[in-house]
Amino acid sequence: MKDLPKAKDFYSRLAHRPDSASDWMDVPVEIRKGMYCYAANPKSLDTLGFPYARDWNPVEGDWKLPENWQQIIHEGFKERLERFRSFKVFMDICVRCGACADKCHFFIGTGDPKNMPVLRAELLRSVYRNDFTTFGKLLGRIGGARPMTVDVLKEWWYYMFQCTECRRCSVFCPYGIDTAEITIMGRELLNLLGLNIDWIATPVSNCYMTGNHLGIQPHAYKDMLDFFVDDIEEITGVRVEPSYNRVGADILFITPSGDVFADPGTYTAMGYLILFHYLREKYGFDITWSTYASEGGNFGFFTSHETMKRLNSKMYAEARRLGVKWILGGECGHMWRVITQYMDTMNGPADFLQEPVSPITGTRFENAKSTKMVHIAEFTADLIRHGKLELDKRRNRHLKVTFHDSCNPSRGMGMLEEPRYVIRNVCDHFYDMPENTIREQTFCCGSGAGLNAGENMELRMAGGLPRANAVKYVHEQHGVNMLATICAIDRAALPPLMQYWVPGVDVTGLHEMVANALVLPGEKQRETNLRGEPLEGMEDDSDE
Amino acid sequence: MNVKYMYSFLAVIVLFLIAYVGTEAVGLQWLFGVLIPYAALLVFVIGFGRRVMSWARSAVPFRIPTTCGQQKTLPWIRPNSIDNPTTTGAVAVRMFLEIVTFRSLFRNTRMKAKADGRITYQLELFLWLGALAFHYAFATVLVRHLRFFMEPVPVPIKLIETLDAFFQFGLPVVYLSGVVLAAAVLYLALRRVFIPTVRYISLANDFFPLFLIFGIAFTGILMRYFAKVDIVGIKALTMGLVTFSFPESEVLKGISGLFYGHLFFVSVLLAYFPFSKLMHLGGIFLSPTRNLTTDTRARRHVNPWNYPVKVHTYEEYEDDFREKMVEAGLPVVKSLEAAAAEKE
Repeated sequence: MKDLPKAKDFYSRLAHRPDSASDWMDVPVEIRKGMYCYAANPKSLDTLGFPYARDWNPVEGDWKLPENWQQIIHEGFKERLERFRSFKVFMDICVRCGACADKCHFFIGTGDPKNMPVLRAELLRSVYRNDFTTFGKLLGRIGGARPMTVDVLKEWWYYMFQCTECRRCSVFCPYGIDTAEITIMGRELLNLLGLNIDWIATPVSNCYMTGNHLGIQPHAYKDMLDFFVDDIEEITGVRVEPSYNRVGADILFITPSGDVFADPGTYTAMGYLILFHYLREKYGFDITWSTYASEGGNFGFFTSHETMKRLNSKMYAEARRLGVKWILGGECGHMWRVITQYMDTMNGPADFLQEPVSPITGTRFENAKSTKMVHIAEFTADLIRHGKLELDKRRNRHLKVTFHDSCNPSRGMGMLEEPRYVIRNVCDHFYDMPENTIREQTFCCGSGAGLNAGENMELRMAGGLPRANAVKYVHEQHGVNMLATICAIDRAALPPLMQYWVPGVDVTGLHEMVANALVLPGEKQRETNLRGEPLEGMEDDSDE
Repeated sequence: MNVKYMYSFLAVIVLFLIAYVGTEAVGLQWLFGVLIPYAALLVFVIGFGRRVMSWARSAVPFRIPTTCGQQKTLPWIRPNSIDNPTTTGAVAVRMFLEIVTFRSLFRNTRMKAKADGRITYQLELFLWLGALAFHYAFATVLVRHLRFFMEPVPVPIKLIETLDAFFQFGLPVVYLSGVVLAAAVLYLALRRVFIPTVRYISLANDFFPLFLIFGIAFTGILMRYFAKVDIVGIKALTMGLVTFSFPESEVLKGISGLFYGHLFFVSVLLAYFPFSKLMHLGGIFLSPTRNLTTDTRARRHVNPWNYPVKVHTYEEYEDDFREKMVEAGLPVVKSLEAAAAEKE
């Protein structure tokens, strides 16, 4: 963060007027410090059996490519055109109307014209024309075609890892062209040459071996949750008792490991523990955590479809092994894109599970009758709606909350109302950000799709600018001091973003607020919230 | 000067001259009036069909619609059934609105970064308006031109002509569609020249069809209002094209080169169409982010090429960590003793 320009100086550097004298094909890529992530550790690639694992450095001239790399790219491209209609259609039909240009948070934040979604796609499209279309072959450069060269490859790499696959552009595209799809294919092709970034490759390798991105081994995973159990006891006077890998439990709970590992996600993890304990005490709710399927997120999704499937397989495999009825999933963004649009197709059918029914309210989650996996925001909203939770909103009344719709639950699922309903029921003050920046038009945190590394902090701050700017608006208008979110990457990425752009706004998960408001049976008078901060003003109320 | 639009502009001028000189000076009326139009139509139909087939041949492994509204979930939360469609009927409505009203473009906003650090997004409908004007004017012009291929002219076409000439000014009376088409094309071309971001992304492939279509509109307008071409001869030729009974060579030679230029433009557009971005006409129907239902959690989608992958099973995982698991009190399937016995 120290190397970053001052937030207010940032604006003066921003121009959204590309140099019209030059042609983008003539502008060479400059791989700039602060904007790129380090190359993948070859050990991680080896663990996964990925090709061309090697030490290489993006800023060095020689990327140590295999001799026939052009052929590998060409054939990989061809194969994906056949396998994915999306890819083929999106290569062919863009009219370059420019509607997507200023919809991308990376373009808004960097002003780099190659971050306009249309141009990001043109990086691939130009090679597509050259290799696969008659007109491209015939007309060459004037037909918008260019041959694949090392410089083009480097440009692909640089810009495929400056896209968070957030799909905001696809909302505005008159043909629904989805840059996430382009970036996914681009990254798959790069992976054929061993050109991943380490912030993705190593979590993927960890997840493959230990069950979660952070590489937390089973005993350590339990240890970490035990810490939360102690903390919860200290704060509430109630000792919660989570169970692990328990065969015969009713429900399996899977959530991103990030929330077990780092603040403020940890408070959300504590929130889950408290909620489950409450439900067990009151209604006999029976749920287990798993150390094998201990990752909700899926960085394989940021690598290739195949890798996504390899990591995702653990969810159903573990549910089958434990013999649960259905799966409950925690707050996470891309996890829910994978579950909603990929899991059942890749690793289903989950015919060994039952159509999810809330054991407490009897609500049938018909919308999840095939995947058999329910989002915890849906689950909790349903509990609140049926009056099954005793909530003391006053404990959250110092919070002025706004809600950041995470990209994937918004544009790959449509979960917009459930979290808002929950927030309104556990907090007194809720203010939405301006309408062009929320719901399906929400702006990315700038660190999604595996880009929340440390070395690319300038990129992250730039990409998060539009989100931060909207938060700043409600911070100034309404005194908003808490940014709520249902995504673990958000909980990791937004705190530095807020610190940089909007000091005075903190970040929380939904279930941290739920747990702070939830009145546990037999609890003591709470003096602090889950963060150990004193509950202001509560003392006066107890006299009333 | 930017080579991309200069080349496109020059290409259109040259195309016109080829047809004009070819007919007026060289006498190739048969070529430009009959052979090339047929060939172009053939290329269009076959090319269009092949392109759509090639898309259709590619698999749709996953249902990946962009959800632009509330999902269908708990019964007391109102779903947005059009922007998050769970039924085929709702998808049809979404597609209809997309294709007929350019609904996604209607959301278009314009971002402005202000000096004080505020960033705003305002509704920006000029692109939507321009695109809508262009497509509807073009469609109207096309329908009006059916009069050249039918005898007697059907009532619906006459009706459209009447509506198109609603304002009843000029002599011959001015058709709005032609004027709107030319104006819309001009707008779409000018925004490519003057909006810096759009200029930066524009290719020659973007200017060429605009200039070509402008050429079509311009020559059409010239013929109708100014040049006074031999309309009877033209109708004889166009009817000949659909009935395969062509008029005498003398009649063809009597038609102005301006008309052959117009017809050649149309032929080039038809032949160019299947190989260009104009295929968005067909592609939009096949766009997987728009034409699929979002009930992916309720109804399984099948991937035709789904293949088994290498996974790290629970058994392998337990083998890796058994001791630590036992020590931490985590349940294991195989006890330490059983695992040790197996090893021996």
